Amino acid sequence: MLLEILGLLIKISLVVGITQGAVAYLILVERKIAAFAQDRVGPNRVGPLGLLQPIVDGVKMFLKEDVTPNYVNKPIFILAPFLTIVTAMIGFAVVPFGPVGPNGPVLMDGPIQFQIAPGIDIGILYIFAVGSLAVYGIILAGYASNNKYSFLGGIRSSAQLISYEIPMGMSILGMVLLVGSLDLNSIIEWQSKHVWGILVQPLGFFIFLICAFAETNRLPFDLPESEQELVGGFHTEYSSMKFGMFFLGEYLHVITVSYLVVILFFGGWDIPFVTDSAQTGWIFAMIKVAAMLGKVLLMIVFVMWIRWTLPRFRYDRLMELAWKRMIPLAIANMVVTATVLQLVRG
Amino acid sequence: MRSDDPSLKRLKPPKLTLFEQTYLPQILGGLVVTGRHIVNAAVGTGSLTMEYPEVQHQPSANYRGVHRLNKDEQGRVKCVACMLCATACPVHCIDIVGATAPESWTDREKYCQSFVIDELRCIYCGMCEEACPVDAIELTSFYDLTGLSREEMIFDKTKLLSVYDLTKKAEPMKSGIVAPDTDRTNELYTTPTTGPVIERQKLV
Repeated sequence: MLLEILGLLIKISLVVGITQGAVAYLILVERKIAAFAQDRVGPNRVGPLGLLQPIVDGVKMFLKEDVTPNYVNKPIFILAPFLTIVTAMIGFAVVPFGPVGPNGPVLMDGPIQFQIAPGIDIGILYIFAVGSLAVYGIILAGYASNNKYSFLGGIRSSAQLISYEIPMGMSILGMVLLVGSLDLNSIIEWQSKHVWGILVQPLGFFIFLICAFAETNRLPFDLPESEQELVGGFHTEYSSMKFGMFFLGEYLHVITVSYLVVILFFGGWDIPFVTDSAQTGWIFAMIKVAAMLGKVLLMIVFVMWIRWTLPRFRYDRLMELAWKRMIPLAIANMVVTATVLQLVRG
Repeated sequence: MRSDDPSLKRLKPPKLTLFEQTYLPQILGGLVVTGRHIVNAAVGTGSLTMEYPEVQHQPSANYRGVHRLNKDEQGRVKCVACMLCATACPVHCIDIVGATAPESWTDREKYCQSFVIDELRCIYCGMCEEACPVDAIELTSFYDLTGLSREEMIFDKTKLLSVYDLTKKAEPMKSGIVAPDTDRTNELYTTPTTGPVIERQKLV
């Protein structure tokens, strides 16, 4: 029992540490890609190839003066960035980073599970529930700032996140119907046995991808921030590490969503013809973790690539896209999938 | 023209096919464009950035940078203190004090005892260079002009002459060395020079 708790704590600290470190380097990747897309060089002065830049950025964040304006609602103002971080972090509890199950590599008395909370059979529901909490961080930040631009950002964010939650939830129902489970590991195993989700649910994949962009507040859906109209949106009044936490939260969300896309539609740890869930031992476990990591990295790069390709939506178009296009399409996708499944399975 | 004029030609945007209405082909086209830029800049020569301290920018031949005072073949300052540059200067950043030339300088009556340009005030329009009848003042392509104080940025005669020594190899005088006793300069000698700069500044 004690050993189990210790193992869990080690796992949690590993996941938290690695994801936070990854976020720092993702910011460097983002800056580099931004630079390349604009035919620039990007940060290359701090360390070889600019690789120490994230450390310098982090130090800057911590050392900056933390300004709290007089007119803000202080408790909520301080709570908001914490909420953002916490809601972004706890989503990782059910994300499998590699193979999970009885065939994992054995260490001491049992197989290692590459998941903080293995065996949760409502993994997707949990991620969606926690993911929708993220909107509180942004709304409260906008509300507590007592500033019209921040408030507008918060309002926009609430409407946007709530609207896109619906098609997002519906778009995965096709996959869930196919697999017959809400457990993320079962979904990966099904794809490993049959085909990747993107081949059987292409429409579901597109809708999920678009909603994922909206859920993470990334361009072309970054209306809560939209610096040209709202100064900085919900984080206008934030400085120093409080601002940094919003930043961190956004990138953590990008990582979670990328993991979700890979798990739901790109087979998770699966490499076709190479891996299956019956394999045991360290080598295969490491291959699977690396495969998943590689796919997630590609997905994150794609998110950044999109950012420098598409301009921001106008607000009414954003709502139109969600309510008039995505939701009917998602419903149609679900109905068609269910009908076909019913006919095939009899 | 009225809006219902029959000669008015109306252009309609092309009708999009159903596939194009999803905007997926357009988005893919955009991704190709940005992807090409990203790959070219990352691995090829697509990057347009000049990494400044290591790579120095070479301005074009007619770039207008820091001024210099040209010297003639004998190493004397070419300026004859005619005040034309100071008159032409739209921001009055040139301050010249003229003096009678030494007896041995047979080609001119006056020379500049002091020649001061406030480089902070200067707008680098090049009108002094255009006004100068003896091609004594020229703008060089020297652009990284920095200083720690305002006083440091007020260039006197010595400093302006040193800019000439610094740049004469890279940038020969734009009109070559003008012989001191051409008709043009003689004409100038007969023209009486105007009063000191300070007085004109008061008038303006």
